[in-house]
Amino acid sequence: MQDALTTLLLSALANRTFRYWSLLPAVLLFVALTLYPLVNLVRMSVSTIEFAQGVEIWRFTPRANFAQLLADDALRPALVNTLVFVVVSVTIEMLIGLALAIAVAGLARGKTWARTAMILPILVPPVAIGSMWKLMYNYDFGIFNQALVALGAAPVNWLGSTSLALASVIVVDIWHWVPFVFLILFAAVEGLPVDLIEAARVDGATRWQIVWRIMIPLLRPAIVVAFLFRTILAFKVFDEVFLLTSGGPGTATELINLHLYKVFFEQNQLGYGALLSLAVIAAIVAFLLVAQRVTVAVRAS
Amino acid sequence: MKRRRVAVREAAVAAPPAVRGGPAGRVLVALALFAIIGPFLWILTASFKYQIAIYSGQFPFTPTLSNYADVLFGRRSDFAGNIANSVVVAVASTLAVLIVGTLAAYSLRRFRWPAWVSAGFLGWTLLFHMVPVLTLIGPWYIAFRQLDLYDTRIALVLTHVTINLPMTVWLMSAFFREIPPEIEEAARVDGCTPLEAFLRVVLPLAIPGLIAAGILAFIFSWNEFPIALSLTSRQTATVPVAIARFAQQYETQHAQMAAASVISTIPAVLLMFLGQRFIVRGLTLGAVK
Repeated sequence: MQDALTTLLLSALANRTFRYWSLLPAVLLFVALTLYPLVNLVRMSVSTIEFAQGVEIWRFTPRANFAQLLADDALRPALVNTLVFVVVSVTIEMLIGLALAIAVAGLARGKTWARTAMILPILVPPVAIGSMWKLMYNYDFGIFNQALVALGAAPVNWLGSTSLALASVIVVDIWHWVPFVFLILFAAVEGLPVDLIEAARVDGATRWQIVWRIMIPLLRPAIVVAFLFRTILAFKVFDEVFLLTSGGPGTATELINLHLYKVFFEQNQLGYGALLSLAVIAAIVAFLLVAQRVTVAVRAS
Repeated sequence: MKRRRVAVREAAVAAPPAVRGGPAGRVLVALALFAIIGPFLWILTASFKYQIAIYSGQFPFTPTLSNYADVLFGRRSDFAGNIANSVVVAVASTLAVLIVGTLAAYSLRRFRWPAWVSAGFLGWTLLFHMVPVLTLIGPWYIAFRQLDLYDTRIALVLTHVTINLPMTVWLMSAFFREIPPEIEEAARVDGCTPLEAFLRVVLPLAIPGLIAAGILAFIFSWNEFPIALSLTSRQTATVPVAIARFAQQYETQHAQMAAASVISTIPAVLLMFLGQRFIVRGLTLGAVK
C-alpha cells in the first residue's frame, strides 16, 4: 500500500516536472564538461602548473605565459601549415566532391553501390586511415615506391622529406574527406527539380551547359554549406597526421592541434597550453562570425 | 507515414538520372572508386602477409593468420583488452547520449522554453562542436585527476557523451520536428500525461532517428582518438590508441599494425551494410536542410 502510494507520488512528480528534468542532464553535462573547463582554461592560462609527487602546484604567471606565446618557435610553422592545409585540402575536396556528385547522379545504374563505397572513409577510424597510408607511403616497401621502382624511377621519401611531407598529408585528408563533400552535394543534386533540367534538355542544352548553367547555380547553397562544414572540420585534423608524421620532419607538418597536444602532454606545460587553447577558440569564433555573414549574404542573393 | 517517406527517399536514389552522364563522368566515378577501395585492399592483403613478405613486396604471397593471432592473443599485446575497453566505452556512451540527447531535443522542441534557453543551448553546442577537442583536454586532464577519474573508462564515457551530444540533439530535434504535435495532443485528450505521451506515442515514431543517431554516436566513440590518447594509459587504452602505439614504437610493427587496423574497421563496415540509409540520413540531415 505504502509502496503503491510512493510510486504514485513519484510518477506524479516525474510528470509535473518532466519539462525541467528532460533538459537538465544535458545542461548539467555541458556545464560540467564544457563551460566549467572553459572557465578553468582562463584560470590555467595565467598560471604555471606543476606536479610535485602527484600534487598540483599553481603559480600565477600571466606575463611568463604571454612571453612564451611570442617566443614559441614551433607556433609560426604550425599556424602557416594549418592555413595551407585547410585552404589546399578543402579547395581540392570541394572540386572533386562536386564533380563526383554530378557524375554519380548521372549514372544509369549502380548509384547506391557507388555511394556505399564512398561513405566508408568517413566511418572507419581516422587512426586506421593513418596507418593504412603510412604503409602505402613507406619508403622501402610502400605501393607508391614499388610502382616507381618498377617503372625505373627513383623511390621518393613521401613522409620524410621536408618539401613533400605536407603535400603527402594533404593527399590523405583529401582521400578521407572527398566522400563527405560528395555525400552532401549528391543529396543536393538528387533533390534538384527534374522538370527544369528536362526542359533545358528539350530546348537543346548540352550536358555541359546543363551542368554549368543550371545545376551548379542551383547547388550554390549546398556548396556553401559543404564548404563551411569542411573548413571548420579541417581545423580539427589531428589523428591521421599524428600517425603519419607527428608533425615532422622538423616542423614540416606541424599543425596547430599537434602543437597543442605536444605542449600539453610532451612538454607538460598546462598553463601555456591553456593560453594557446584560448587563442585557438577565439580564432574559431571569429571565423564562425565571418562565416555566418557570408551565409546570410549568399542566402539573400 | 514515416516508413513511406524513407521508402520514397530510397526510390529517389535508384531513379534514372535527369541527365545521363557522359563517358567522362563514368571514368571519373571508376577512378574514384578505385582510389577509395584500393587502399583498403592494400592494407587487407598486408594484414595477411608475414612481415618479411611485406618488406620484400613479393606477390603472390603465402597468406597467414599469424598477424591476427599475434595481435589478439600474443603475450606482448593488450589488443583484446583494448577491444574490450572500446566496446564498453562506445556502448555505454552511445546509450547515455541517446537518453540525454533525446530528452533534451524533445524538451527544446515541445516545451515553450524562453528563447535565451533554447538559443543559448543550441548555440553553445554548435560552438563546442566546431572547436578542436584538444583545446579542452588540458582542463579535462586536471579535473579528472582531481576526481581520481584519470585513466578510467568513466572519464572516457563522460567525454564521449559530451562530444556526441551536439549531433544527437540536432538529429533528434530534426526528427521530432517531423512528428506533428497533433498526435501528442490526441494522446493527451485520451488521458496520457506528458511523460506517457512522450514515451508511448512520440518515441516509437522517432525510432529511425534513434537508430541513425545511435549508429553515428557509436562509430564516433569507437573511432575517437585524441581524448583517449590523453586521458588513458595502458590499463584503459582503446583500439585507436593501441594502433597508434604499434605505429609509434621504435621499430614499427607493420604487419601487426595492419591487422589491428583491419580489425578496427569491422564495426564501421558492418554498420555500413546494415544501416546505410540511416547513416546517410544522419550525415546529410544537418547539412542539407
